[in-house]
Amino acid sequence: MSVIEVRRRVRQLHGAETRAAWLLVIPFLVVFLAMFVAPLAYSAYLSLFSSQLVGGEIFTGLGNYARALQDPSFWGGLGRVALFLFIQVPIMLAAAIFFALAIDSRRVRGGRLVRLLVFIPYAVPSVVATLMWGYLYGTDFGLITQIFKAVGLTSPNLLSPGNVLGSTMNIVCWEFIGYNMIILYAALRSIPEELYEAAEIDGASQLRIAWSIKLPAIRQAILLTVIFSIIGSFQLFNEPNLLFNIAPNAIGTDFTPNLYAFNVAFKNQEINYAAAIAFLLGIVIMIVSFVVQRATNRTEDES
Amino acid sequence: MTASSIGTRVVSGATTPRRRSVPASKRRSNLLTVIVWITMIYFLVPLIWLFISTTKDNSDLFATFGLAFGKTFEFFGNIGNLFTFQDGVFVQWLANTVLYAITGAVGAAILATACGYALAKYRFRGRGLVFGLILGSIMVPLTALAIPTYLLFAAANITDSVWAIILPSFVSPFGVYLMRVYAAQSVDTSLLEAARIDGAGEFRIFSTIGLRLLAPGIVTVLLFQLVATWNNYFLPLIMLNTPSLFPVTVGLAQWQATASAGGGGQVLFSTVLTGSFVSILPLIIAFLFLQRYWQSGLATGSVKG
Repeated sequence: MSVIEVRRRVRQLHGAETRAAWLLVIPFLVVFLAMFVAPLAYSAYLSLFSSQLVGGEIFTGLGNYARALQDPSFWGGLGRVALFLFIQVPIMLAAAIFFALAIDSRRVRGGRLVRLLVFIPYAVPSVVATLMWGYLYGTDFGLITQIFKAVGLTSPNLLSPGNVLGSTMNIVCWEFIGYNMIILYAALRSIPEELYEAAEIDGASQLRIAWSIKLPAIRQAILLTVIFSIIGSFQLFNEPNLLFNIAPNAIGTDFTPNLYAFNVAFKNQEINYAAAIAFLLGIVIMIVSFVVQRATNRTEDES
Repeated sequence: MTASSIGTRVVSGATTPRRRSVPASKRRSNLLTVIVWITMIYFLVPLIWLFISTTKDNSDLFATFGLAFGKTFEFFGNIGNLFTFQDGVFVQWLANTVLYAITGAVGAAILATACGYALAKYRFRGRGLVFGLILGSIMVPLTALAIPTYLLFAAANITDSVWAIILPSFVSPFGVYLMRVYAAQSVDTSLLEAARIDGAGEFRIFSTIGLRLLAPGIVTVLLFQLVATWNNYFLPLIMLNTPSLFPVTVGLAQWQATASAGGGGQVLFSTVLTGSFVSILPLIIAFLFLQRYWQSGLATGSVKG
C-alpha cells in the first residue's frame, strides 16, 4: 500500500467512526433535547408572562421573579431547607462515614450483613418510608408514643410545628445513610493498602489512620455525597407532602420551595408564577453546588 | 485501577482478608461490633414494625404494642383485602409501576450505553460540547424539572397518559456519565483497533465487543433507573389524574390521605400498611440478588466522580 492509499484508508475509517459516533449519540441527544432542554426553555418562556382575570396572558418580563424574591413563602421555604441542609446533611454524612470506616476497618463482626442492612432503606420508596415513620410518630398507635408510655413518660408530639422539621430530617437520614455509606465505602476500598500498611505496622491506631490517611484519600467521594445531599435537601418534597396529610397545621403549603411551587401551580393555578419559582430554585441549587465545589477545590490546592 | 477491579474488590473483599500483616485475632473489635450492631435497631425497627403491622386487624393496630403480634393473625386477610379493595386497583398500580419502571430503565440504559460508549471511544467534532451539556445537566435537580415537564406536556396534551411517565424517565444524564466512565475503563481501545483492522464495521464492534464488556455497567444503570422510576412520586403525582394509571407510590399516598382524613377511612389503615409492605418487597429482593452490580456501579461513580 502506498502512503497515499494508507492516508485515504485512514480518512475513510475516520469518516466511518465519526458517523458511527453520531449515530450512537443522537438517540440520547434527541430525547434529551425533548425531555430536558425543551421543558426548561418552555417554562423559562412561560415564567415571563402572567395570567390576568381580564385580558388573559400578558408579558410581564421578570415580574414573576421579582414577586418571588419578595414572597415570604418562598424565602420561608428556602430558609427551612437551608436549616435542613446545615443540620441534617452533616449528621447523615457523619453517620455514613462512621459506618463506611467501621466496615472498611474489618473490625466489626458481620460487617457484610451490616453493610446490607444499612443500605436496605434506600430500596424503600420515600412515600412508603414517610408513611411508615408517620405512623411511628403518630399519637394514635405510634410506636414511639407507646414506648414513652411504657416507661412512664409523656411522649413529645413529633408532628407539632416545632418538631416536624426534625422529624423530617430523621426520615431522610434513615433513607439515605446507607446510600452514602456505599459510595464512601467503595471509595475506601479503592485506597491502595500500601498507603496505610506502614502506619499499621508502626502501631498507629485505627482512629488515627482513618483521620489522617483514609478520610483525606476519599475527599472526592465525600464531595460527591455533599453535592448530592445539597441537591436533595433543596428539592425536598415527598416527605413534607405526605406528612401534610397527618400534620396539616405543622407543615402548611409552603414548607419547602418545591412544595410551594407545587401548590402554586396546582392549587392556585398560577402556572407562570410556579415556573418562575421552579427556575429560581434550580438556580439557587446550582449556585450553592458550584460554590461548595469551588471552596473544596481551593482548600485542596492550598494543602 | 479500573472500575471493574474495584467492583470485584468490593465483592470479594468481604470474604478474603486483605491485610495479612495484622494477626486475625487482633482484627476484631468487640466494642465497635457492639456499637455498630446496636445502631442496626434504628434501621431495622421500622421495617419489622411494618411487617408486624401487616399481621394485625385495625383494632389490634390501635390496641396492641407495635412490635408484638396482635390477638389474631390477619396477614392473609389483609393481603386479601389489599388485592380486592376498590375492585383490585392495587394490582393495577403494581402492574403500572412495573411497566413504568422496566420500560423507563430499559430505554434509559439503551440510550445511555450508546451515548456513553460513543463519548468514551470515538474522537469526533462536538464531543466536548455534548459531554459538557450532559455534565451540566446532572446538576439540574429533577424536581425542578418536573413542573416544567408538566407544563410542556400540558401544552402538548399528553398529561394523564402512560407516556407522560415513561418518556421523561428515558433521560438519565448521570447514566450517560456513568457509562462513559465505565466504557473508558473497561473497553480496551486496542481491541477495537484490532477488530477494525480485521474489517469489522463500527456497529458490529459495538454490538459484539462493546456490549459484552459493558454488561456490568449496563446492569448498574438499569438498576438505578429502575429504582428511580419505581420510587418516583412527584412526577406521576402532577401528571396523572386517572387512578387506573397511578403507580403504587401515588396510589398508596392517596389511600393514606383518605385514611388520615378519618370519616370511616380508618378501616384503610391496615390496607395501607399491607400495601406498603408488598410494594417494597420486589426492590429489596432485587437489591439482595444484584448486590454485585449496585456496589461496583456506585464505586465507578464515586472513584471518578
